[in-house]
Amino acid sequence: MIHNPVPMSWYLILSAILFGLGVAGFIYRRNIITVFMSIELMLNAVNLTFITFSYKLKQVDGHIFSFFVMVVAAAEAAVGLAIILTVFKNRETLMIDDVSSMKY
Amino acid sequence: MALWLIPIFPFIGFLLNGLFGRRLPKAMINLFAIGSVFLSFLWAVRVLLGLGALETKYVEHYFTWIQSGNLNISIDFAVDRLTAVMLMVVTGVGLLIHIYSIGYMSDEGGYYRFFAYLNLFMFFMLVLVLAQNFLLLFVGWEGVGLCSYLLIGFYFLEQYATNAGNKAFIVNRIGDFGFSLAVFLIVRQFGSLDFTKVFDAAKTMPVESGAGILTVISLLLLVGATGKSAQIPLYVWLPDAMAGPTPVSALIHAATMVTAGVYMTARSAALFTHAPIAMDSVAVIGLATAFFAATIGLAQTDIKKVFAYSTVSQLGYMFLGAGVGAFSAGIFHLMTHAFFKALLFLGAGAVIHGLHGEQDLRQMGGLFKHMRITAITLLCASVAISGFPFTSGFFSKDAILVAAYERAPWMYWVGVLTAGMTAFYVFRAWFLAFTGEYRGHAHPHESPLVMTGPLMLLALLSLGGGFINIPHWLEPMFAEKPENQVLAWTSAGVGLLGIALAYLFYVARPGLADSVASSMSGLYKLIYNKYFVDEFYSATVVQPVVDGSRTVLWRGLDAGVIDGLVNGVGIRSRGVGRILRLLQSGNIRSYAAWVVLGSIAVLLAIGLAGGAR
Amino acid sequence: MTALIFFIFAGIAVFCGVSLVVQRHPIASALSLIGVMGSLAVLYLQLGGEFIAAAQMIVYAGAIMVLFVFVIMLLNAGAEGPSIGGSNLAKYLGIFLLAAFLGVISFIIQAMLPPTEGISFGAWRGGTALEIGRKLFTTYLLPFEVTSVLILIAILGAIVLARKEI
Repeated sequence: MIHNPVPMSWYLILSAILFGLGVAGFIYRRNIITVFMSIELMLNAVNLTFITFSYKLKQVDGHIFSFFVMVVAAAEAAVGLAIILTVFKNRETLMIDDVSSMKY
Repeated sequence: MALWLIPIFPFIGFLLNGLFGRRLPKAMINLFAIGSVFLSFLWAVRVLLGLGALETKYVEHYFTWIQSGNLNISIDFAVDRLTAVMLMVVTGVGLLIHIYSIGYMSDEGGYYRFFAYLNLFMFFMLVLVLAQNFLLLFVGWEGVGLCSYLLIGFYFLEQYATNAGNKAFIVNRIGDFGFSLAVFLIVRQFGSLDFTKVFDAAKTMPVESGAGILTVISLLLLVGATGKSAQIPLYVWLPDAMAGPTPVSALIHAATMVTAGVYMTARSAALFTHAPIAMDSVAVIGLATAFFAATIGLAQTDIKKVFAYSTVSQLGYMFLGAGVGAFSAGIFHLMTHAFFKALLFLGAGAVIHGLHGEQDLRQMGGLFKHMRITAITLLCASVAISGFPFTSGFFSKDAILVAAYERAPWMYWVGVLTAGMTAFYVFRAWFLAFTGEYRGHAHPHESPLVMTGPLMLLALLSLGGGFINIPHWLEPMFAEKPENQVLAWTSAGVGLLGIALAYLFYVARPGLADSVASSMSGLYKLIYNKYFVDEFYSATVVQPVVDGSRTVLWRGLDAGVIDGLVNGVGIRSRGVGRILRLLQSGNIRSYAAWVVLGSIAVLLAIGLAGGAR
Repeated sequence: MTALIFFIFAGIAVFCGVSLVVQRHPIASALSLIGVMGSLAVLYLQLGGEFIAAAQMIVYAGAIMVLFVFVIMLLNAGAEGPSIGGSNLAKYLGIFLLAAFLGVISFIIQAMLPPTEGISFGAWRGGTALEIGRKLFTTYLLPFEVTSVLILIAILGAIVLARKEI
């Protein structure tokens, strides 16, 4: 077992990949819940970046920021899912293409 | 000495009558109006008695008005001998006319407004006379122009009155433009507008042979004077100004405001005497105006118009006097003219008042037995203006004509001919009004004492005013010209000839006038229509300006360009909005796409701008 | 060793991420997301963030994702139908552009960071609960309190929105 260090850039690249995947899902998918989950994926990717840089700077502030991101994601998920429930109750559909009455 | 009190009293009268006059009883309005002018007159007398012989100018400095770089203009009032004459004329004759107006305007609407404007006029005229620098004089100049407009258009519900007021103000404006240019040039040349500084500096400059800076300044001042004092070519407003009430015609358009031009010229004598071209221009314009206006006065049928053209003509005399160097004679004639012209107008007003508004001479006649006092006082004024020996007009007019002869004999002869015409048309008016049979339909009656009192006082002044030796009083300022008895008596003789001719035409042989008029019908029509000058101005100046304004400025610029720009902004905004709202497709995925694109753009921008280092 | 663990769990994370985007049924996407979160928790551990790793598993994967799964089951969300419209060209072009974009980003990141400084497990022990707690209750006290208010508001919002009569 060799403890050779992993270059930091790799973590950041991984984070970028996950973020890109999240964006792709956000644009591409039609189901509201899947779009929401893509948003959560993006948030996770960002968390990874924070933790990485926290390691680099040898400070714990990045962890705390990541902690707050998690809290906000939780709140957002709660409220967002409540909204999705309400939309489903009104429109009987989970496809965001059908929720388009705010046209000009 | 508190010189500032002299103009302030009428100003307080204006404020009181203007602000509260609507609710005040007539007696209080009279008290404020007459009282303020009376106080002003008394204070002026007190000041002059206190200052004594006035060998030097007495200046009171109040405060600095404008200070800009090297230019320092302050509010100063000053009294010297010239100012003393003007003060007495303005306050004295003004007071008499105010008293007269109580009777004349007694049944008119807007009583308080009339006296408020009249007091305001006195304030501005006194500021003009007391001013010690050109800018303060200009303030008074403009102020009297404003009051003239307000008072000419006093019967503002009549179209012709408001038109006349507009005409007076606009034509005056042209003169004021010349005056303003002169003021600018004075600042540039002398660095100051104070009279003492400017004239002392001008006296050290050589007399200009060609067209130097002093000539230009003087000519521009002359332009201003022609506007205010109704000389050729800017006299056209004065006959129309007769649309105002008769006391206004007497005070403003005979005795005081129109003399402001003469006063200003006399005050600036130091500038004019160093510019011979300007002096000659003044004399020629004055003489031409005198002759020209007298010819028009021969054929007018409205009594006020006759006297209006007479005023223009007499003002021409004053300018002639100034132009040939006899400034004191010009000022002397200013004073005597104030007496007899105010009397003529007030008397005409009494006649019009007695006939309940009739102004046409052809509808008058035989009024002597109905209005004796008016007739006699008007007779005194008529003999004075005709230069009857030993009346005030005789002394003043001859002082001017003698000086004119010295300058150029032809000027004398033209002036004498004009004097003859003056006598003729004044007595024509008197005979047509007071002799013969009454041709009208009203019930003529004599005017009350409040009106005839000032008439009588002015008649005394017209007859005896010549013995106040103004040229001698003004000796230290303007050199007196020597007398010449032969010339004086010649002009008096021509005046008497004019009176005799008028008697012949209108009393002895009444039909003679009409037959002469029809035999020279072309010439008669020309004079009767005032040489069509108004029509000429209207066609060449007024119509093009109005049409140009309407098509170019109004339709082209205002409606087209400016409205187009402003409306265009609104139209463009709506257009942009119409395009931008296409973003709101309602499709959430397109929104998501825009969000991503936007964030990429922001990242690129940050990256290109150096990154968040 | 560090590199090996990194590659394994990074691979799992990417695989699950792709699966999240590609899968038809929302439940499959939810389970993929749980997979991503789990592998990320391991990576956090490698980076010395033990508290965060635990929080990630407990809060994120344990609570939030469970909530997601509950909602999916409540709404009886079915598999997504075939995609309507959308040209194939756009789809493949998008994937290609995404790959290119990521390649560029990777290159930039590589260039920016010095390769000498690497990450090895245990090199930094600063992410303990002690440290986090210390910082949280001193420097970041205000955000902490505000966050508690935020959670309260979220609770209220969720309750109001999910009431029956709406």
